[in-house]
Amino acid sequence: MSTVITPALGNDTPWDQVPALLLPAYGETWTMVGIVMLFVILVGGAVGVLLFNTGRRGLFTHRQSYLVISWLVNMGRSLPFLVLMAAIIPLTYLITGTSIGIPAAVVPMVVAGIPFFARLVENALRDLPPEVTAVGLVSGGSTLQIIFSAQLSEALPSLVAAATLNLISMIEYSAISGTIGAGGIGYLAVVYGYQRFDHHIMIATILVLVATIQLVQLGGDKLVSLLSRP
Amino acid sequence: MIQIKNLSKQFRLRNGSVVEVLKGIDLDVPDRSITAVIGPSGAGKTTLSRCISLLEQASSGSILVNGEELSALDRDGLRRARRAIGTIFQSSALLRRKTVAENIALPLRYLGVVESDIQRRVRELLVSVGLPDKVDYFPDQLSGGQRQRVGIARALVLHPQVLLADEATSGLDPEATESILALLKSLRDEFGLSIILITHEMSAVRDVADNVALIQAGRIVEQGSVRQLIADPLSGIGRQLLPVRPLIQYREDEWLLELTYRADREVPADWISQISEHEQARVSLLGGSIEQVAGRLSGRVITAVRFARDDVGGVAQLSAYLARIGLNVTVLRSPQLVTQVTEAAA
Repeated sequence: MSTVITPALGNDTPWDQVPALLLPAYGETWTMVGIVMLFVILVGGAVGVLLFNTGRRGLFTHRQSYLVISWLVNMGRSLPFLVLMAAIIPLTYLITGTSIGIPAAVVPMVVAGIPFFARLVENALRDLPPEVTAVGLVSGGSTLQIIFSAQLSEALPSLVAAATLNLISMIEYSAISGTIGAGGIGYLAVVYGYQRFDHHIMIATILVLVATIQLVQLGGDKLVSLLSRP
Repeated sequence: MIQIKNLSKQFRLRNGSVVEVLKGIDLDVPDRSITAVIGPSGAGKTTLSRCISLLEQASSGSILVNGEELSALDRDGLRRARRAIGTIFQSSALLRRKTVAENIALPLRYLGVVESDIQRRVRELLVSVGLPDKVDYFPDQLSGGQRQRVGIARALVLHPQVLLADEATSGLDPEATESILALLKSLRDEFGLSIILITHEMSAVRDVADNVALIQAGRIVEQGSVRQLIADPLSGIGRQLLPVRPLIQYREDEWLLELTYRADREVPADWISQISEHEQARVSLLGGSIEQVAGRLSGRVITAVRFARDDVGGVAQLSAYLARIGLNVTVLRSPQLVTQVTEAAA
């Protein structure tokens, strides 16, 4: 005997109540993404600079170090986010003392974001003409001076483009984190839209996510073109 | 001045083998002079340039600037030493997101010089390189020649004694090339610089260099003053600097003589008419090149000569006369020798 499963209809949250649910969740999403991006840009940026400068055209070329860092970065990038999130639960628990909620989502997002951003930064630096580093050197700059005032400063438009790309990935990851009760609109979509068949919430979250990604990309592109134009 | 002594550079390849790119380079660049290093690509020019600008450390040998040893330094020492040498890159290598003024100021900022001094120095240099009104321009708003001028200003900002120009005019149009070379010349005189011009352009060497060194397969195979090398009939560089494309037509009974202007003498401009007055010989001009080098005429011409009577005696007499007026003679073809060889073969 077979059972026919019919979706329970009529669970839709009335439209006028959608904002009351959606706005706090949207705020949570940005809180998560904001914290994550802070770590990703600082740590991922540093790892990217390290990758480039231990590489062939870098300031302190060191093949072994490059290979080790590169291998770690590839490791971090090889797992799908959902798998990574589950796999590092012990680490998450160690750091945050919990395996659910916003704090628990931030850890895997940072772990996934750092290697991604590091590779983007390395590529941005590789795209610079080789003379950029040489100019810093013949001008008598220290390692840090050359990294900041020549390499990163010349690559700034590409770095902003990289950060935009990374930010969009992190918004997407924050939605996936909804599955471990991370809060934010991902959680809203999972709990209301997926589990309760609340079509209004589903539609609203989709619209908000689409609009958000469009705006982030637009803003990023605008900033890149402002920075590129002398 | 800069002295390079027995400089060698080896690179270890990933497969373990060692490639020796520079094999004991000796090169002196006196103060107030431009020394060109020319050579085919792959000869080691770029590696030599990177060793001189201390971007690459030589495997052995030494680089002395005013007697001070610059090779074999630690990281901090290298950083200080690099300031004694101004480097100009092929592509001018300006930072695209910084203004002209910020580009020139870069070495001063690295040193921590105060803002007012930076501004004064930048303005001074922009006047020296002829761009006083471009302070706030970005590199993309300048022409190739203007960008290279900014690159030169940046190289000069720390008052170096040595200026290294690595293919500084490659990729520039002929007019810009000419003006950059003229600028280098005037900077040599204004600041008493030792300038090393790494180039593959013979015309640049002829136009501005005082001395020239030919590098081939990691070795300097010929070097000397441009004027002397041009005057030397046996010099390979001399031939390349003043190439002569003969030969139109000559008769079987004519001698082919190559005449080179001597470096130490002023050759009278009307020497051809002087020959016909003094010597009993018919001279036809087959090919030649005469240029103004370092303020004096330098030349290399090929002539076909027919003597009225005694050939060998005529050549000896003519050579002696030409030597007196400042021309060296090389016999390229002697009709008698040709006849002898042909007879022997028959």
